[in-house]
Amino acid sequence: MKIVVCVKQVPDTAGGVKFNPDGTLDRGAMLTIMNPDDKAGLEAALRLKDQYGAEVTVVTMGLPKAEEVLREAMAMGADKGVLVTDRVLGGADTWATSTTLAGAIRNLEYDLIITGRQAIDGDTAQVGPQISEHLNIPVISYAQDIKIEGDSVVVERQYEDRYHVVKAKMPCLITALSELNEPRYMTPGGIFDAYKQEITVWGRADLKDVDDSNLGLKGSPTKIAKASDKVRKGAGEKVSLDPDESVSYIVDKLKVKHVI
Amino acid sequence: MNLEEYKGVYVFAQQVDNEISSIAFELLGKAKDLAKDLNTDVTAVLIGSGVKGLADQLAEYGADKVIVVDDPELKDYRTEPYAHALASVINKYKPEIMLVGATAIGRDLGPRVSARVATGLTADCTVLEIGDFPLQAVPGQEQLHNQLLMTRPAFGGNTIATIACPYNRPQMATVRAGVMQKITPIKGAKANVEEFNPGFTPDNKYVEILDIVKAVTNTVDIMDAKILVSGGRGVGSPENFKILEDLAEVLGGTVSCSRAVVDSGWKPKDLQVGQTGKTVRPNVYFAIGISGAIQHVAGMEESDIIIAINKDADAPIFDVADYGVVGDLNKIVPKLTEALKAEIAAAK
Repeated sequence: MKIVVCVKQVPDTAGGVKFNPDGTLDRGAMLTIMNPDDKAGLEAALRLKDQYGAEVTVVTMGLPKAEEVLREAMAMGADKGVLVTDRVLGGADTWATSTTLAGAIRNLEYDLIITGRQAIDGDTAQVGPQISEHLNIPVISYAQDIKIEGDSVVVERQYEDRYHVVKAKMPCLITALSELNEPRYMTPGGIFDAYKQEITVWGRADLKDVDDSNLGLKGSPTKIAKASDKVRKGAGEKVSLDPDESVSYIVDKLKVKHVI
Repeated sequence: MNLEEYKGVYVFAQQVDNEISSIAFELLGKAKDLAKDLNTDVTAVLIGSGVKGLADQLAEYGADKVIVVDDPELKDYRTEPYAHALASVINKYKPEIMLVGATAIGRDLGPRVSARVATGLTADCTVLEIGDFPLQAVPGQEQLHNQLLMTRPAFGGNTIATIACPYNRPQMATVRAGVMQKITPIKGAKANVEEFNPGFTPDNKYVEILDIVKAVTNTVDIMDAKILVSGGRGVGSPENFKILEDLAEVLGGTVSCSRAVVDSGWKPKDLQVGQTGKTVRPNVYFAIGISGAIQHVAGMEESDIIIAINKDADAPIFDVADYGVVGDLNKIVPKLTEALKAEIAAAK
């Protein structure tokens, strides 16, 4: 079985994030990580590899620096890494991004494509389903469990108040929730090996069946009219009192605000 | 693409088990505002099996027209037949705006359809309005009028972007539940109902549903609660949520939680507040033992009053709290419950 996993390098928004005095995000303090939902997707692929045997190829689109997440994925156990990077691909919205990734994946053999549900920087959850549409294969979004049965996948597909057990013939694309699993750590041997391996680097010319008019900023149907950091209302009062005084403080505030 | 051909504001009227989802009514409310600005009308697209009888409800909430795609293949939501239905409606009727709920269905259907009809899609919008693109006239670039301007948070709610889709149609957006306002239903309103069936031929993209497992339903939706008592990892254990439940009960509120609590298996996902959970805006939000990761804050910062209790004085939750109390929740919360009981009894 051949599995392609799409991953994205994103700024880390979890933990230790501080705001500037004007209420905006202090970006300087942020490191980059492998997007959490994508990491869950990679872990799901590696578990399928452990269980059934599979070749796992990790694909990312981004700046040359995004090679880091491919090395991390390979240190976790992925077999190959493909970096899609080119100036003309910059500024892509989800349409142009999915067109690019589909153009790269057309060069690869695959039974299964796994993407994270969404990235923590854009939060759109659009790229996975859009790739599946470009490749004309079924999509199962929001997977909370994945099994292989012969030439099909059986997936628990999560909704707000239920889940569906869904069966699809491969090839198929699945979007993974970070709840799906607890990703494994890189192993020292894996890290060592990951840095010995070649990473495939593809540019615009390597994308298959893709029109220039659908790539990058120019090929993006959505255009940003305005962007700004959100200004929060800011902190209110903060008190440090003994428990009884704390209780009186809260009760007083609820009274003043006519909650009680 | 001749943009002039595309007319009207369309709403995907999501139904589950032949019951229209609240988000459909919310979208109709917003669609009515947009249609007024554009001097056009509102069409609901109702997709399912045996759903025609639901059209009147959509009329009562503001639909001028309802297009019904009714087919046995559409009984339970599956990406392909629904995407085929909605994309076929778009290709035939050519709407200028297509709104979809940012639900577990809409966030799958929207991208698939937008890719099929080759247009842009803006996810999880919180503000939709009609305006110019570019916002200010730029020399050498034609300023387009009557564009859908879609505003959405990104980066866990820390940046706000306004997005347009000036050269493709329809302009598509998904909208989060609870953000737009429904209109007061107009009793007895009727819409012009039109049935349309593009034909459904199962192929490899038609997945098979083997089973449907409904979660045990929690009776109160945290999005409707006026008072939320929300707990984080700091509560310490699932058993210790009892002290939060007691506090909620005294105030007539509901317990909710952070993602860490759901990830630990202490509480079900439908009680989760935050970017990957629900967006809430109660009158009072108690954040108890919640550090306040920005993904959490994005889901609760619009609450009227935020009260935080946390032993870590540097916890980021204090950056958004109106009233922050640094202290041990195990000592404070039970006493607070008792004090409120006494206050409420005395007021009677």
